[in-house]
Amino acid sequence: MATPNTPLWEVFIRSRNGLAHKHCGSLHAPDATMALQAARDLYTRRGEGLSIWVVPSSAITASDPADKGMMFEPAESKIYRHPTFYEVPEEVGHM
Amino acid sequence: MTAPSITVSETPLVLYTLRRADDALILGHRLSEWCGHAPMLEEDMALSNMALDLIGQARELYGYAAKVEGRDNDEDNFAYLRDVRQYRNLLLVERPNGDFAHTMVRQLFYAAFADLYWRGMMGSTDATLAAIAAKSEKECAYHLRHASEWVIRLGDGTDESHARAQGAVDDLWAYTGEMFSVDEAERGLIDAGIAIDPTMLLPEWLSIVSHVAREATLVLPENDWMQQGGRDGRHSEHLGHLLSELQHMQRSFPGATW
Repeated sequence: MATPNTPLWEVFIRSRNGLAHKHCGSLHAPDATMALQAARDLYTRRGEGLSIWVVPSSAITASDPADKGMMFEPAESKIYRHPTFYEVPEEVGHM
Repeated sequence: MTAPSITVSETPLVLYTLRRADDALILGHRLSEWCGHAPMLEEDMALSNMALDLIGQARELYGYAAKVEGRDNDEDNFAYLRDVRQYRNLLLVERPNGDFAHTMVRQLFYAAFADLYWRGMMGSTDATLAAIAAKSEKECAYHLRHASEWVIRLGDGTDESHARAQGAVDDLWAYTGEMFSVDEAERGLIDAGIAIDPTMLLPEWLSIVSHVAREATLVLPENDWMQQGGRDGRHSEHLGHLLSELQHMQRSFPGATW
């Protein structure tokens, strides 16, 4: 089967009310309407979704894997940013 | 060893149910023929999904027909062990797939009807048919949307796609009238509130199909001479070929399971 020369779309599915849309894959479609239908047919066949977003892949600005060190390593040594060093007072109860 | 055809006691309600079941099975089979051959992977899945919706509708309807008939027949017998002349589907749904435009125009014509039909049948006095209708209506509503979007894009696309879509409309138009025909067997069910009168759906069907055609820059034919016969078992030569493929396994190896 030939892959047609149609734009690529990224698909985001929300599984239940209150949860965020999650990226689940991509597909080819000539336009937004058809992309939405293809997303329904490809990614919600087993009852996975209650809402779909499709976004042109070309609209996504991605970080450069080569910048990984500069971008992400500085955070690794800042364990104090995790809220695990604080005692929660009894009176606060369950958080 | 080959399996012979079954006999069916076609009371009006059995006949009615088999007609709807056969529409769904034959169109579902036609769509399944696209599996692995669609113009793009995404559409391959879409066509298979629609095929499965229709085959699911057929199963429920065959199951109900078996229950109403009250003999030894079951859903598999109805599908695999009836010959061409015992099939009661519309001629429209047995039309060969042709090119993608043919398949989508056929789908548009049928889904626009089926969506309206099942929506109406949700009010049937027969609780089983009303429940099957409620499920089928949602499925057919999506089939209609999908086929409409494609017909609009094909008709209002390139010269080539326009010519193919217009050719499909011209070829298939004469098979649309049968959807709205009513015979004596069905008239009784309509009077009893079990079935709805499909002739009442024609104006709305025309309005849906005309709207899509207008957006697609396609012209609906003027001719109103319509093919008939499928409901009585008088089919085109294409159904025999379809059934030979669909039934081959059960006919050659009766009762085979895997």
